[in-house]
Amino acid sequence: MSRLSIIGIVIVVVFVLVAIFAPWIATHDVGTTNLAVRYMGSSAAHWFGTDSTGRDIFSRVVFGARISLEVGIVVVTVSAIVGTIIGAVAGYYSGWVDRFLSGYFFNVFLAFPGLLLAIALVAFLGAGLNKLIFALCIIGWVGYARLIRAQVLKVREYDFVQAARALGAGDFRILFVHILPNAIQPLIVQASLGMAGAVLSEASLSFLGLGVPPPAPSWGVMIEEARDLSTLQAAPHALIFPGLAIALTVLAFNFIGDGLREYLDPRQRRR
Amino acid sequence: MKHKLFGIIRRAGLLVLVVWTVVSLVTILIELVPGDPAIAVLGEQATPEQLAQFRAKHGLDRPAFLFGFPRDENSQRHFRWYGLSNRYDDYWVAILHGDLGTSFRTDRPVVDLILERYPATIELAIVAMLIAVCIAIPLGVIAGKNRGTLIDNSLSVIALVGISLPGFVIGPLLVYLFAVKLQWLPGYGLEGWQSIILPAFTLGAALSAILTRMVRSSVIEELSEGYVRTARAKGLSETTVVYKHVLKNGLIPVVTVLGLQLGVLLAGAIITEKIFGWPGLGLLLVEDGIGKRDYSVVQGCVLTISTTYILANTLTDVVYRWLDPRIRVS
Repeated sequence: MSRLSIIGIVIVVVFVLVAIFAPWIATHDVGTTNLAVRYMGSSAAHWFGTDSTGRDIFSRVVFGARISLEVGIVVVTVSAIVGTIIGAVAGYYSGWVDRFLSGYFFNVFLAFPGLLLAIALVAFLGAGLNKLIFALCIIGWVGYARLIRAQVLKVREYDFVQAARALGAGDFRILFVHILPNAIQPLIVQASLGMAGAVLSEASLSFLGLGVPPPAPSWGVMIEEARDLSTLQAAPHALIFPGLAIALTVLAFNFIGDGLREYLDPRQRRR
Repeated sequence: MKHKLFGIIRRAGLLVLVVWTVVSLVTILIELVPGDPAIAVLGEQATPEQLAQFRAKHGLDRPAFLFGFPRDENSQRHFRWYGLSNRYDDYWVAILHGDLGTSFRTDRPVVDLILERYPATIELAIVAMLIAVCIAIPLGVIAGKNRGTLIDNSLSVIALVGISLPGFVIGPLLVYLFAVKLQWLPGYGLEGWQSIILPAFTLGAALSAILTRMVRSSVIEELSEGYVRTARAKGLSETTVVYKHVLKNGLIPVVTVLGLQLGVLLAGAIITEKIFGWPGLGLLLVEDGIGKRDYSVVQGCVLTISTTYILANTLTDVVYRWLDPRIRVS
């Protein structure tokens, strides 16, 4: 394992623990405004300072981890399951099923710029956490499907698959018991990069006002609220801390994804 | 030759299918609006006459598709065939005539609104790309030539940080630094040519990081080739070897990424334009379209951005195949 992936794992563990234990870690209520202490710098009472309405930035960043983690886990899990099933069917049956799925269906989803599709869906459905998750799943599954299809195409030619078929196993059993367990290894890489993508997309959509509505402490919302000129001038830390949180989280998942890819593909290791 | 022709026809067919699907998806988006779009646009206070007039004007009183399942008096749903008199059909006929409908808010043709804003977005994307290339090629070459050293490792980490930092973090930070603190550059809107620097840098940051990584691995790969040894043996200087021989071959994959990224830049410009108030297509989509619930503007923008993206990708693919015969064979 490379040094960078270990750094990534450490950051992700901290991120997950912070998200789980947010109510115990946060020092203030995330919604309580107090104009008397607005734009304060770091202090013993407010570790990361306060924002334009006097809310505690540290507590908001801590609870923001919860939203990011929730969106990331749900989006990656649902996209991976849906993508795996569709990709496995395309790869296993080949023929016209594959030509329709990978030749047309995948291409349509890959042809759309992902974020734009999510923006369009949320723009018409209305903003909200569940709709955001739905939109991100719609754009997320195709990456997994393409990966699993390619894997299944390779694995189904192996001898043990022929042996299982000769023993009279049905399609369902061959696909899910014999092929898939041997095909899903690269999925871990994709899932790790997918977490980074989901965290980033959630923040982007919330930043555009299309994700989690304010005053929820989503990192994207916090950045949107901190970027007007008066706040930038008086309290740049209101922007820097949530920005740092997003960057570190995304970076950590990318480190892990890159590390895993190198670990699983020895050809890349030598480079 | 026959094989080649078949390939081209297949590609063109797929392109048409994809564009058809995208247009269809965009036309049915308005069906997703919870409740009545007319009420969403005009507000709860609108009189029934106003609502009816609005629906008639924008075709919202007509069926959405060739068929539907409307409710009868007993709230039961029944299949009903509408024939060609439906909104989906109208939209297609209009698009083929170069018409994207009229804005729900301003009554201006959506095509005019888009044409007004499009040049600004293209300008932003091109400048962003130039900045990215100017940063990535020297950095990538330096990293590749010094592979495995401290310089290489730190450049790789910087590149990864660049990829992980989203535009909406870099953008406001640049505004804080260059517009608020140093007051060197304008931070919002259009004020002379300097206005493009911060948005273009924000938009190009991630791309420059991706390109640096690509140039690096390309240079490493090419440096081990035989022709490099020949060039060195001839006594050419290392600079000539790298910039005249290695880069020429190593830039082929970079060209593809550039083309593909043009599409990504157009989509990413939505966020950058919002940060800097850059009057392009993204701002039209977010502020005039989504912000004011002007659904016809949203449809037009989504359609324009995604079609540009698809065409840019297809074109890159073609250019790439043409540039590198090895791909044509495989």
